[in-house]
Amino acid sequence: MRGEAVDRSEEALLARVARGDEAALGEVYDAFGRIAYGLALRIIRDERLAEDAVQEAFLAVWRQAASFDAARASARTWVLTLVHRRAVDLVRREERRRADVLEPETEPSGGSAADDAELRSRRMQIQGALAQLPDDQRRPIELAYYGGLSQSELAERLDVPLGTVKSRMFAGLKRLGELLGSEP
Amino acid sequence: MPTTNDIHDLVAPYALDALDPDERAEFERHLAECDRCTRELQELQGTAAALAWGVEGPEPPDGLRDRILEQARGEAQVVPFRRRRSWVAPALGIAAAAAACIAIGLGLWAASLSNDLDRERDLSAAQAKALQIVGDPAAKVTALKGAEGTLVVGSGGRAALVVCDLEPAPSGQTYEAWLIKGTPVEAGLFEASDTCTAVPLDRTASSGATVAVTHEPEGGSDQPTSDPIFSAQVT
Repeated sequence: MRGEAVDRSEEALLARVARGDEAALGEVYDAFGRIAYGLALRIIRDERLAEDAVQEAFLAVWRQAASFDAARASARTWVLTLVHRRAVDLVRREERRRADVLEPETEPSGGSAADDAELRSRRMQIQGALAQLPDDQRRPIELAYYGGLSQSELAERLDVPLGTVKSRMFAGLKRLGELLGSEP
Repeated sequence: MPTTNDIHDLVAPYALDALDPDERAEFERHLAECDRCTRELQELQGTAAALAWGVEGPEPPDGLRDRILEQARGEAQVVPFRRRRSWVAPALGIAAAAAACIAIGLGLWAASLSNDLDRERDLSAAQAKALQIVGDPAAKVTALKGAEGTLVVGSGGRAALVVCDLEPAPSGQTYEAWLIKGTPVEAGLFEASDTCTAVPLDRTASSGATVAVTHEPEGGSDQPTSDPIFSAQVT
């Protein structure tokens, strides 16, 4: 992502995981476990299944760290992509169709002590950028990423042709990247 | 299947995990050959992953961290890597680990590539593909009949053979994999190695099909010309 400082220490961490360093896997979990669980829970809406998705994803990190290629993705993108993939696969397998995926099911914790300032500011940045997208770009992105809907399901749900869904996703992601990249 | 649409258009849905398994597998095959999509995906996937930070969620349950570490601890680790010319080499670590795990009754493994491999960074598409399939924790694993090894079938029917201790093919011949559901179709050529070989199949393996391997003249055949040496059924 443009504007995102590439964190070399996160990449070094994955290199340690690839060498079989369990402590390094623990550190990867400490860095991303909370974000991963929040994301999985948002998509799956079931605590036990969200936990399964996170566990599977971190084991995939463990097994596949050797195939991580820093030239293709940052460490955090790679880890969160694995988490997202697991969560989406799991929710589709469970055939839990999300009735209203735009609203988080769990009550926001309202900024608990554990919700540190950095996380909060990052969340506001992402939500703020999303809010700046036109609705017709924002909705397919939210429904796909947070709801786990496939492009065909999106076309049906939004009642637009599949090609339109694809081009709106593309335009929306491009714009979102610019918005996030232009943040200070 | 988006046969009538431009496959390049799948990059954004792929970045958002909005593809069905078949479409995903199709796009990943395309990705291995398309620099433009690879570059574009790099940007879009970074943006998509940033969306994870937009969620306000609770703390993960107590004990999840320990369970992850405990399960990781139970998995086979680091297998020595030996430099080889052939493309199967970088997959060797994983393949050997897989064989070791199968031998001791574990279904899971991890592999770590040595510094030798680090110097040999440019993994070919085939290597990346085999690694991806063999490393997929959701993949289904079936033991081979007639040889030491397994058939691994991942998402969208993407499949790889992991076969160990295979005799070299007779002079002037090669190993050829077939996917059989009715008429056999070619699924790739490979050579034996004195340890283990991971072979990504060129065809998606659908349920009920049989994967079989025969000796064929160098360059391969259109149809099998000898009896199968080993096989496995896709469950």
